[in-house]
Amino acid sequence: MLENYLPILLFIIVGLGVGVVLLAAGFILGPRKPSEEKLSPYECGFEAFEDSRMRFDVRYYLVAILFIIFDLEIAFLFPWAIVLDEIGLFGFASMGVFLAILLIGFLYEWKKGALEWE
Amino acid sequence: MTNEAFETPNLLLALPEIWLLAMACVVLVVDLFSNDRDHGPAFWLTQVTLLGGIIITVSTQWGVDATTFSGTYVADSLGALLKIGILVLAFLGFAYSRDYMRDRGILKGEYYMLGLFAVLGMMVTVSAGNLLSLYLGVELMSLSLYALVAIDRDSSRASEAAMKYFVLGALASGMLLYGMSMLYGVTGTLDLGEITAAAAELDDRRFLFLFGLVFMMVGVAFKFGAVPFHMWVPDVYHGAPTPVTLMIATASKVAAVGLFLRLIGEGLLPLLESWQHMVVLLAVLSLLIGNTVALVQTNIKRMLAYSTFNHVGFILMGFVAGTPEGYAASVFYALTYAFTVAATFGVVLLLARKGFEADHITDLKGLNDRSPLFAFVVLILMISLTGIPGTVGFYAKWMVLKSVVEAGFVWLAVLAVIGAVVGAFYYLRLVRYCYFDKAEGEGPQPTGSGGFQAVLAANGLLVLVAGIFPGTLVAVCLAAFL
Amino acid sequence: MIELSDYLVLGAILFALGMAGIFLNRKNAIVLLMSIELILLAVNFNFIGFSTFMGDLAGQVFVFFILTVAAAESAIGLAIMVTLFRNRGTINVGDLDSMKG
Repeated sequence: MLENYLPILLFIIVGLGVGVVLLAAGFILGPRKPSEEKLSPYECGFEAFEDSRMRFDVRYYLVAILFIIFDLEIAFLFPWAIVLDEIGLFGFASMGVFLAILLIGFLYEWKKGALEWE
Repeated sequence: MTNEAFETPNLLLALPEIWLLAMACVVLVVDLFSNDRDHGPAFWLTQVTLLGGIIITVSTQWGVDATTFSGTYVADSLGALLKIGILVLAFLGFAYSRDYMRDRGILKGEYYMLGLFAVLGMMVTVSAGNLLSLYLGVELMSLSLYALVAIDRDSSRASEAAMKYFVLGALASGMLLYGMSMLYGVTGTLDLGEITAAAAELDDRRFLFLFGLVFMMVGVAFKFGAVPFHMWVPDVYHGAPTPVTLMIATASKVAAVGLFLRLIGEGLLPLLESWQHMVVLLAVLSLLIGNTVALVQTNIKRMLAYSTFNHVGFILMGFVAGTPEGYAASVFYALTYAFTVAATFGVVLLLARKGFEADHITDLKGLNDRSPLFAFVVLILMISLTGIPGTVGFYAKWMVLKSVVEAGFVWLAVLAVIGAVVGAFYYLRLVRYCYFDKAEGEGPQPTGSGGFQAVLAANGLLVLVAGIFPGTLVAVCLAAFL
Repeated sequence: MIELSDYLVLGAILFALGMAGIFLNRKNAIVLLMSIELILLAVNFNFIGFSTFMGDLAGQVFVFFILTVAAAESAIGLAIMVTLFRNRGTINVGDLDSMKG
């Protein structure tokens, strides 16, 4: 019964091993000659004029979230478009339903005011 | 590259899911444009949707055995039975929760929508005939539940619970998927029927197969909340709003039974001797942890969370035998347990009022003086959860134990019985508070609309009736596997 | 020539890194999200590897769906994190201990 878990154990050991080895290798093998230029933040050749750890407005995340969902649904359109003549009217209608559901989602976020910046 | 001919699926076979999806969209739009502050239209439409779903499921799927959507969707009696259970449980959950959510200012249209989508996910899960539809069902359920746990945005505890649930749930999905990818790699198909056939004639690829199996088992155990993959359960039960806890504790457990049966119980049945021991291990640990830690809990939700492990242990024991009778026992156990627990959370919701959660075990003190009816309901529920002969909980335990003993695991049955006796202590303690203790301070005050009280009382009495006449439900559960 | 086993090893390493990220990370909850994403991508590698070497398209279809679900998952994760931050003022994983018992 326990031997069934052997793969898991091996797996964890290998996984942890790889993680530790990579970190250690970078730490030990990497040359370290810190200088002021190297340690200063690099920003397209400008002098850094702000702390790079500045906070982003949480609304950026909201837009990003909305974008990523609608963006990925488009991925389904490409394969569908290629085989459109094989799948016939039914396939066409299915995508219609899919887009209609997306549209409802869009309606929802619009009405909830998620698209307004202020 | 294979290029299968495109066939038009038989949409009628998947009518329950289609109905639910369409109505969920209707609920969304209606709620969006309604000005009702109590979200009445959303509430009533949701309940109509769930009741309609039950009727459609019974009439189109019970006694059928067919697949559609190129084998990704299975319409059969097992799926129908589990779906009916899920729909009724969701109906109860929504019926109990209106006052609670309104008092806390979290009665939103999203509550009904996310609830419906979670139910849809559970239905897809229990009807899945393909790894892909199984995964999508599980994810739809889980994602909706994560969001539901966090629906009280201003509660620090709820958002912490949601975060834990999300991270561990996503981890479980990852495990499940990794196992699925191994299964796909070994068999070259996503179809569960073909995977079963391939598992029956294993050769040198056995090792990879088992590798995938272990990962899937871990993922499923996470979704079940079986020890040692239980870390999220107490905190989520405790932190989530009680109606959401109800949903997670009842409907999602039934869906987890469906997940196990589709993926491992039936899908990998030829590998029974490989996964049997893993299930036994999970069951034993669940029984041990569940009973010992539940003893010291003072919060009802946390106590129910830990005692869940005890019941999860029983449900898993039914799977051990790998026989239709064992599976039927598990399904019977899961359904009756879920209905009993739904009523228990219903009582907690009934006693909760604005600014008072009623989730401490001493909050039940003196319930008999205030409301003999609901004290009696608590009595029925607790003796049923304990498994005292004559209750439905007893028949469920008996069926499971019978299948385990027939499979040759007598020691497991003995352990489970000891666990049930220990369980009597923390369940009957609540009964003692209800009947023999005087109320402290204001004491329990059943508040809630007439409809809520009527449904809750009916729920409690049904548990009683099911204990007196268990035959029909047992026959239905057995019929689902034959 | 890239063998199937190379894909699988890569997938396994990514998966293990994701796991390690979840269990070792005590600081920032965003790292948890990234680790979860890493796990899902590792699975995608497996599916694509198997799919290519077996000449069966189903695995790549699965990957499409995993990608979409992963997007929805991280959206919900981020949303939960925002509520957590609003309530607590921190997303430190070590601080998630208000419930005991």
